Amino acid sequence: MEILMAFVIGFLFMAAVYLILSKSLLRIIIGTGLLSHGAHLLILTMGGLRGEAPPVLKEGAKTFADPLPQALILTAIVISFGVTAFFLVLAYRSYQELETDDISLMRGSDEDE
Amino acid sequence: MRMNNFLLLPIIIPFFFGMILMFGQKNLKYQRLFALLGIGLALISAISLLIKVKNDGIQKVTFGNWPVPYGITMVSDMVSALLVTTTLLITLFVVWYGFGSITKERERFFYYPGIMFILTGVNGAFTTGDIFNLFVFFEVLLMASYLLIVLGGEKGQLKGSIKYILINVISSALFVITVAFLYSVVGTLNMADIAVKIADINQPGIVTVIAVLFLMVFGLKAAIFPLYFWLPTSYAAAPIPVLTLFGALLTKVGIYAITRTYTLFFVHDLSYTHDLLMALAIATIIAGCIGALAYHDVKLIIIYNIVIAVGVILFGVSQMNEISLKGAMFYLIHDMLIKAALFMLIGIVIYITGTSDLRKMGGLMHKYPALGWCYLIAAFGLAGIPPLSGFVGKLLIVQGGFEAGSKWSSIFILASSLLVLLSVIRIFLYAFWGEEKETTGTVDKKVYNTLFVPTVLLVLITVAYGVGSEWITPFMDDAAKLLSDPSIYIDAVMKGD
Repeated sequence: MEILMAFVIGFLFMAAVYLILSKSLLRIIIGTGLLSHGAHLLILTMGGLRGEAPPVLKEGAKTFADPLPQALILTAIVISFGVTAFFLVLAYRSYQELETDDISLMRGSDEDE
Repeated sequence: MRMNNFLLLPIIIPFFFGMILMFGQKNLKYQRLFALLGIGLALISAISLLIKVKNDGIQKVTFGNWPVPYGITMVSDMVSALLVTTTLLITLFVVWYGFGSITKERERFFYYPGIMFILTGVNGAFTTGDIFNLFVFFEVLLMASYLLIVLGGEKGQLKGSIKYILINVISSALFVITVAFLYSVVGTLNMADIAVKIADINQPGIVTVIAVLFLMVFGLKAAIFPLYFWLPTSYAAAPIPVLTLFGALLTKVGIYAITRTYTLFFVHDLSYTHDLLMALAIATIIAGCIGALAYHDVKLIIIYNIVIAVGVILFGVSQMNEISLKGAMFYLIHDMLIKAALFMLIGIVIYITGTSDLRKMGGLMHKYPALGWCYLIAAFGLAGIPPLSGFVGKLLIVQGGFEAGSKWSSIFILASSLLVLLSVIRIFLYAFWGEEKETTGTVDKKVYNTLFVPTVLLVLITVAYGVGSEWITPFMDDAAKLLSDPSIYIDAVMKGD
């Protein structure tokens, strides 16, 4: 199962890097979304996948799923959700202001123009 | 449980004031007054915390009364108490300075809540004793910094902030990944517990890989050598008070995180991790010096000086002996103060001349002698001319470097001071000496004073920091002891109370 997850995560990272390296701002944002998905799955995998084992409910349970990675993922999801929302608004605003979503045209500062 | 929730006050007070400042956006008097009040109260609590830490040792509180490795622990030791106090002190002056510098439109649009939340994040990051909680506080301060950097929505700002946000989103993802790797190896998130577990397994190769990953993550925030590329253009886009705040505080959070992880966790394979850190620190200084000498834009010159200072401090950390760590702490606090002062000074210069291009300035010394002398003192302080503030830190860093046997790199650090001096004196030569040039900006005496008074006070504080280093030394001694001997931190956190 861990091997499979490793491939899934790797594929997500690959797609994310591909998208982030493109010129369109929207693709870049989707890329960062995929990147954080990959990172979240990675936390889950790194905590150890225990199949159908339940979370800790009583003392003396032999197999149980580690609840901590899930708590971490929850936190990280909320944060990346907020950041992505902000990033999308920023992208729209800069599209209005700069009239382009091509990141290669956004080089330099005001003084260079 | 003992009542030491006290150490949370410098985090909670800005948070609380940030919330109440989100209301009444149009009422400028209320916004300004409550912003100052909030920072003032937080500063008072930070100073009393500093004294308490000095007298009673490390303070900690674990949320929800959980036993230590399970709950989230907040730890205030000498390092974090000093940094928290300096952060609040600088922000007080920056906000005051902002009254004359930041535009009214910005002030009416969540500028002050932004500053309060960035303080929450910075102070939290300095205080937390849990590696995942560190990530959360990083995000808090980043979110607030996104707001502050884009506030105003000018074209240059939008361009700069897209890069800034993209870089930080990627580095946050890397941070999460790195924490996940670390968790899979040691199975804990509490920093003291991680240190114990890593010592137990004697830092195998995989932990060293994680150490390098951490260096990448924090290096992106701290702007070390190959990862500093985003910093100059992004920072230059922000208005001066925001730039001051970012320049003085944000990279320092990255430095703090590197210092913490590299003095607490990864101390068993020094020949690899710390030599790498040293090499990167030196490369950072070189890159910063090239940038600082290459540009004619005053903002960019000082921004590249941030990069140089990052290198100097991390060189001190990489030497890993008590003297060099003491130097690094001295230099870290010095750099926060002096960078804030310098950014505020060049902000005034830009306000008077209406340009940030050195070649279009000149002769300010005739009309503004006080500003000129202030700048000169700050510039000398930055370069570390005794008895000003940069001297003691650099001296100790170099002494520690010699003690650790890195002779040539220590000499290099000394030589780099000359380049630093050259880069800032160039501003003095161009802007203050020479023929008076036509200025486009109109100078309002009242605004000028609002800018000048906090700046002078901050410059005086840096002078006092240098001249009075005798009184600051006991604090720094404690901090250096703590950094050079991880067991002090571990014992203080792990033992029950």
